Amino acid sequence: MKVLSLNFLTCAVKACKSSSSSYPLHPRDAELVQDEIEVNPDMLVNVLPRLDWAALRTTSSELGFPPLPEQPPTQEELRADDKLVRDLHHLLLETQISEGKLVCANCGHEYAVKEGIANFLLPSHLV
Amino acid sequence: MSRPEDSLAADVHYDDTEARKYTTSSRIQNIQASMTRRALELLDLKSPSLILDVGCGSGLSGEILSAVDPSDGGPHTWIGMDVSPSMLDIALQRDVEGDLLLADIGQGVPFRAGTFDAAISISAIQWLCSAESSETSPTGRLNRFFNGLYASLRRGGRAVCQFYPKNDTQRNMITQAAVKAGFGAGILEDDPGTKNVKLYLVLTVGNNGGEGGNTDITGVVDGMDNVDVLDARKRLKANNAQLKKGSKAWIVKKKEQMERKGKIVKATSKYTGRKRRVQF
Repeated sequence: MKVLSLNFLTCAVKACKSSSSSYPLHPRDAELVQDEIEVNPDMLVNVLPRLDWAALRTTSSELGFPPLPEQPPTQEELRADDKLVRDLHHLLLETQISEGKLVCANCGHEYAVKEGIANFLLPSHLV
Repeated sequence: MSRPEDSLAADVHYDDTEARKYTTSSRIQNIQASMTRRALELLDLKSPSLILDVGCGSGLSGEILSAVDPSDGGPHTWIGMDVSPSMLDIALQRDVEGDLLLADIGQGVPFRAGTFDAAISISAIQWLCSAESSETSPTGRLNRFFNGLYASLRRGGRAVCQFYPKNDTQRNMITQAAVKAGFGAGILEDDPGTKNVKLYLVLTVGNNGGEGGNTDITGVVDGMDNVDVLDARKRLKANNAQLKKGSKAWIVKKKEQMERKGKIVKATSKYTGRKRRVQF
């Protein structure tokens, strides 16, 4: 489970759809692995406006990364700054949660992550 | 042709042996690859994008998404959803590049609004038409899926879903659910009338980059070779043109209606619907 995907995932429980605290999901007991992936600056620039920067800051501090700047860079800044691209790429794509749990702050539902795959199957009464 | 959809649920059918058979069959690999390439052509992505792969299975389609050449706007980053753990296990062994998620698309799409540039689905959504327990209905599952998909795509995004409907009822059920969710929907049929017919449900969200004119499938296939557009909506509009009340055409139409009902109607002549001469 990449940090990029985590930034887009919300709690799947129906009752949580209307609550703002159901996003972002909080990683718990997370084991991280680092993967070597080729840098794709165009993709990052494309995705940047869609990232929820506040949520990304929360996630990265919860995973024990150095704090991110308070304001997201603009697309032009990102395009110009090679180091920033590499840092973001490292955090969003190369860092993966291999084992652990994702917890919804609203309903407390725990989504297990095993071998990097999060289990979002719900029992039918929560759908 | 056998249809596993009829007998079992997707996660039960694709167990370890079935998933391995599916992934190692070179015939299936070829068909999947060509369908994925066709879907990519329909998506028409210009720059590296974030794509949702619905029913990614062992990542056969995802591999092609990651391998798109930079000159064609690739490589794309994708996130795959599938309901079968065995399929995802094989995807792990094959070391695919995308992120994987074990989730049932009939329960919705758990991403926040406007996440993806595009979505792709190869041979998956017909599984939604069979409900495995009495608590869920195919319509409910289809609605949850398309509503979730609609929300998770950004405005101007596209989704291409290749699927194998069992019959026309299923085909209509799927398209109607997509239209109900708010998509501009249309079906592209490859090799129609043959055994190898392939259906692509092309879904569009909002305005497509302001090209003007058609934002739905007719705009998507515009400029493609060998595509005939059959638009059922235009014919409907022409028929709906209102006849002026009291005009000759209107009277004749009414007389025909009455005749069909079995009423006695005077014969239509050159005097029908004509005004009387003013007497003074």
